[in-house]
Amino acid sequence: MSDTMNSTTQPIVRMQQLNKHFGSLHVLNDIDLTIVPGEVVVIIGASGSGKSTLIRCINGLEEFQTGNLVVDNNELLPHGKSTQALQTIRTEVGMVFQQFNLFPHLSVIDNVTLAPMKVRGLSRDDAISNAKRLLDRVGIADQAEKYPSQLSGGQQQRVALARALAMEPRLMLFDEPTSALDPEMIGEVLDAMRELAKEGMTMVIVTHEMGFAREVADRVIFIHKGEITEQGPPEQLFDSPQHERTQSFLARVLKH
Amino acid sequence: MDVNFQFDWSAAFGSIPYLLPGIPWTLLISFGGLAIGFFIGIFFGLLRISRLRWLRWPAIVYVEVFRGTPILVQVLFIFYGLPQLLGGPINALVAGIAAIAVNSGAYISEIVRGGVQSIERGQGEASLSLGLSRTQAFRYVIWPQAFRRMIPPLGNQGIISIKDTSLFSVIGVGELVRQGQIYIATTFTALEVYFMVALMYLAITWTLSIILRQLERRGLAGQ
Repeated sequence: MSDTMNSTTQPIVRMQQLNKHFGSLHVLNDIDLTIVPGEVVVIIGASGSGKSTLIRCINGLEEFQTGNLVVDNNELLPHGKSTQALQTIRTEVGMVFQQFNLFPHLSVIDNVTLAPMKVRGLSRDDAISNAKRLLDRVGIADQAEKYPSQLSGGQQQRVALARALAMEPRLMLFDEPTSALDPEMIGEVLDAMRELAKEGMTMVIVTHEMGFAREVADRVIFIHKGEITEQGPPEQLFDSPQHERTQSFLARVLKH
Repeated sequence: MDVNFQFDWSAAFGSIPYLLPGIPWTLLISFGGLAIGFFIGIFFGLLRISRLRWLRWPAIVYVEVFRGTPILVQVLFIFYGLPQLLGGPINALVAGIAAIAVNSGAYISEIVRGGVQSIERGQGEASLSLGLSRTQAFRYVIWPQAFRRMIPPLGNQGIISIKDTSLFSVIGVGELVRQGQIYIATTFTALEVYFMVALMYLAITWTLSIILRQLERRGLAGQ
């Protein structure tokens, strides 16, 4: 792997021999994955390859059947049996979804302050000043009193990012954050993510934006049929992929 | 056949003082029953969507029993049947309220279930991903959205239950229809009196419709 510098650091995610089945479908097959603090990992692969399922296992939105998974020193057990660890992990791991999943009945500012107040126990004033700072950082401070439906897709996704950041996560998961956006709005969301990567946030990103992946990733992982087929630094994986499946996938997505 | 029958307006207006005392009873039975039915509905509606099977089935049984039997039979059972079990008579007003409560409770529990299940899965996932507990996710994210969607069908149920109270004339509780029947027994002006009875139901349900439309509009303003 690329970062020898971090080799002594405690990993923030350690996944060993992880297996998940949906009925007869083997969605994740013996996945081994270690992520160290500060790393930006991009996961690519065809739809249905298991890449979303993989990152959803990290914060327990999906259960797995066998294997070991330790996130920020909390062990997640198979079959979703670790409620306390799960709660702790979710307060430390933020997530941005493809469909934004903002709370439509709450204003932008209330979307961002809800979890810090209810989970972290912040006072309303503290939560609001934090939220305003974050909204400013993602460039939507002036929309704080609006409701999600009054915002464009790009703005909604940036609010979703601010909402996740308000919990001061140690790790951020991105599940195809730009796939539901109109093309002209993809840039503004990627810019916000780029900023975050620059500040040293540990990020795991599932995306189809190959240019962005090449630019921000420390490591790119290619998943095919629930298995990690190949991984490496972006220039290696994109310019000289070793595996034939990686080559044909890249040939298809980079053609246009 | 005598087709020269005239609608006797003076008989219609004359019945009003006798009908009006029925309105508070109609309202008391409807809204008393609905208020209790609302809590019954929330209780069984939430049981119905529990992750635990042994909590779900009592809710299924409840809904099937009280939605699947006529409300007239239910009120007769409560008023005439239950006293045999309890060893003492049941007040007609109490029986009426109880019948509306258990009956509307069954329908409302389906409304609650439908409302909660209509909320996109992503809402719960986003809440959990932010560290909210399941209870917090339900309380702050799922329920407020679900409740907003429940207002129209709840209004519908309210109107149905108000009209259902008309059946309770059979147990002698002095609601609108009963008051009308008593009056007709001495005046034989069925056409005029039932027309006025119908108008009074319409006045109640129409008022409720207007209030609900306001509520809905205010609820939607946030979105």
